[in-house]
Order: sequence, then structure tokens, then C-alpha cells
Amino acid sequence: MGHDEFLFLLAGLKWTIGLSVIGFICGGISGLGVALARTSGNPVLERVMKGYIALFQGTPLLMQLFVVYYGLALIGLKLDAWVAVSIGFTLHASAYLGEIWRGSIDAVPRGQTEAAEALSLTYLPRMRDVILPQALRISLPATIGFLVQLIKGTSLASIVGFVELTRAGNIISNQIFQPLLVFGIVGCLYFIICWPLSLFGTHLERQFATSTR
Amino acid sequence: MSASSVSEPHLATKVMISMTHVEKWYGAFKALSDINLSVRQGERIVLCGPSGSGKSTLIRCINHLEAYQKGRIHVGGILLTDASSTINSIRREVGMVFQQFNLFPHLTVMQNCMLAPMRSLGLGKAEAATTARKYLDRVRILEQAEKYPAQLSGGQQQRVAIARALCMRPRVMLFDEPTSALDPEMVKEVLDTMIGLAEDGMTMICVTHEMGFARQVADRVIFMASGSIVEEAPPAQFFSNPTHERTKKFLGDILRKH
Ligand SMILES: Nc1ncnc2c1ncn2[C@@H]1O[C@H](COP(=O)(O)OP(=O)(O)O)[C@@H](O)[C@H]1O
Ligand SMILES: [Mg+2]
Repeated sequence: MGHDEFLFLLAGLKWTIGLSVIGFICGGISGLGVALARTSGNPVLERVMKGYIALFQGTPLLMQLFVVYYGLALIGLKLDAWVAVSIGFTLHASAYLGEIWRGSIDAVPRGQTEAAEALSLTYLPRMRDVILPQALRISLPATIGFLVQLIKGTSLASIVGFVELTRAGNIISNQIFQPLLVFGIVGCLYFIICWPLSLFGTHLERQFATSTR
Repeated sequence: MSASSVSEPHLATKVMISMTHVEKWYGAFKALSDINLSVRQGERIVLCGPSGSGKSTLIRCINHLEAYQKGRIHVGGILLTDASSTINSIRREVGMVFQQFNLFPHLTVMQNCMLAPMRSLGLGKAEAATTARKYLDRVRILEQAEKYPAQLSGGQQQRVAIARALCMRPRVMLFDEPTSALDPEMVKEVLDTMIGLAEDGMTMICVTHEMGFARQVADRVIFMASGSIVEEAPPAQFFSNPTHERTKKFLGDILRKH
């Protein structure tokens, strides 16, 4: 495998990371909205968000990408592959992160909300300054775990023609007929990104377990 | 008695909290029935009664941590309704101290005390810091200001919780069994802090089974059972000459335990 082929793989890696970052940031922002809606106390809002989460947790990511990609085209929205895929990943990530963070918000002891309320703190400062910082801490291991899943999940974007790392590997492999070598390298690239994240997540989890004893 | 009753006699008779015919339901369960209570400015009330009698529920209605369904509650002359603006303005006047302290664990002692004055009273950072230091000094814990709650003992945490409530400059303080979660050797430091507050003329309602504290500072002791106020008397009379059977039994039980 030559220099150009390797650069082509790195270009694919760039899109894998880009897609993960977009999915994580956009999904994180709307996932926060989902989590706040799920804990809002408004029964209609909570029901709707529960349904949204159930839908996206109960169907394969690949199918979600298909539906967004072809579905949007069907209703006349002609989007770039990467825009459609980004929307798909954002919807996917916000359902998962919303549920992770909903659990973390619920895990903050009730007394924290009561103390904040007794101090006349309204919803916004109560969430921003008291509840969310504690919930974020609780959620970090699970959040990082999901990020790792999301990075690996971007390989599914290749099915709808998006050239990320896996797809790039496929293309090179078809050119130089050395699938084992090419996919070995592709696997290593995924591993280099995901493994440190996983380690970091486990580290935080252990740190959290000892500090709450 | 209190300083304010001497210098400002017109305030001494001012009613700070009044509850009239208050009822509270948890679903189909009636937790408070026909509560009538009037607390004047500077008055110290001790609320006692068996577990589950509705003591926490009663004081939590005063700052609307629990909604009530019937009757009226006035705090500082304002009728407590379900409107969030009313609730928030009443909460600014009413400090609360919990059994489990409920300090914010991710914030330092200083930040715990500065947060609400900045966010709900709109104080600037410097002013909030000055206020925080003043009250931390008053509960004699200023030297721990930069520590996190988990680094303090239970008694110290509860004193910080008192200082945090005082930083809002409340006109009333509610205490819900503030010493029940403490190791015995730490009870006194918290009670002493509360006695200091009482001596300074703070209006207080304390749910506690510390009968020594009740004798020393209470103007009135109120005994609750099954969601009702059963008996209400000055401490001397309450302890020496209780009228109701349930009060006698309760006092007997308490004395046996201590
Ligand atoms: N959130 C709640 N939901 C249902 N019942 C409750 C709730 N909180 C308290 N109760 C009930 O109301 C009664 C009074 O409780 P509480 O005010 O906590 O008693 P106390 O503080 O005197 O021990 C108890 O029977 C308790 O089980
Ligand atoms: Mg109680």
C-alpha cells in the first residue's frame, strides 16, 4: 500500500471524526433539550420525548440513516449525503444522550432541588448552577461510552455513500486487493481513537466510585 | 425578650406567619388537617411529635416545598398562592435548614453561600462575598470557607447550611430536625448556633426533639399527631403539665430515649 492510499484513508478518518463531532455536539445540544423536557414535569412533553427516545433506541442506527437519507429525498429535500447523515446521527445521539442525561438528572438527590428552591433559585439557575453540574459528573462515564459507540457507528454512514474511514478502506481494498492489510490499518485507526476514550471513561468511573463512598 | 420587642414595640405584635384552616393532601392521604397557627415576629416555636405526624409537611408548606389544598397561609403579610412570583418572593424571606444539610457538593463553602444571593437577590460578587464571610464568621466556620462540603464534619456542614440560609437575610428560619443526622458530639455546636440566632431575635420554627433546646429558647412548643396540632403551650407548661394523653405518652417516650 502506497503513500497516496494511506492519505486517502486518513481523509476518510477525517470524515469519521468530523461526523462524530457533529453528531456529538448537535446531538449533545438537542439531547440536553430532550433530557430537560423529560424531567420538566410537563406530562405531554415527557410523553412525547419518551416516545422519541423509545423509537430511536428501539430501531437500528442503519435503518435510521436510511429513513433520514431516503425519507428526506422523498419529501423533496435534496440534501448532500453528509448533511443527511449528520441529521441522522444528531437525531440518534440526542435520543441516547437525552436518556443518559435524564437518568443523571434524576440521580441527583432530591434534597439538592429542595435546597435550591428554598433559596428562591428559579428553574434556570437551579439547573445551570446546581443540578446539571452534578448530573454531568454522574453521566460522564456513560456519555463517553456512548461517544465511543457513536464513533464506531459512523461506519454505517458508508452504506448511504458517505466516504468515511470504513468506506475509504473499502475503496482502497478494491483497488489494491489487500483487504486484510487495508482493514487491519482501518481497524487500528478506529482503535487509536476509541481505546483512549474508553480508558478515560473507565478511569472516571473508578474515580467517581471512590469519591462518592 | 428579644431586642426588637424593646426598640420597636409596634413590630413585636406583627404576625410573620399565619396558617388558617390549612389542609394538605398527598393524593388520598390527608397529611395536615385544619392547621391553625400564628407566629409573631421574633417568636421561637418548637414543633414536635411522633414520626409521620406531619411536622415536616407543615413547615414545608410555609415555603411551598409542598403545595397545600385548603385554607390560607400568609407569610410576612403575603398570601401564599401557587403563583411562582409569589412563591419566589416568599422564599426570599424564609430560610430553611434540612436534616440532611443539602449543601451543594460541587461548590465550596463560600460558593454555597454566595450562589443564591447573587442569582436570586441580584447581589454583585463582592457584596455576596462580604455577606457570606459575615455569616460564616457568625457560625464560626469562616476558616473553612474554601473547602468543599465533603471535607467538613456533619456539624460543620450544618452550620454552613445555616450560614447559607442567613445569607439571603431571611425574616424567618425553618429548621427540620437539624441535629437528627448528626453524631451526638456535634449536636451541641449546631444547637448553640441556633440559640445564638434566637437571641438575636430571629423568627424561628424548629422541628426538633431536643427538649433542652425547647426549654431554653422556645416561646411556645407545639405538639402534632396524625396531621393535627394537638397541644400548644409555653415550654414550662408543656413539659410539666401537658393536658392531652398523646402529649404525655410522647413526652414519656422521648424522656425514656434520652
Ligand atoms: N411525598 C409524599 N407522598 C406521600 N405521602 C407523604 C409524602 N411525604 C410525607 N408523606 C406522609 O405524610 C405524613 C407526614 O409526613 P411528614 O410530614 O414527613 O412527618 P414528620 O416530619 O412528622 O415525620 C406521613 O404519613 C408520610 O408518610
Ligand atoms: Mg420529618
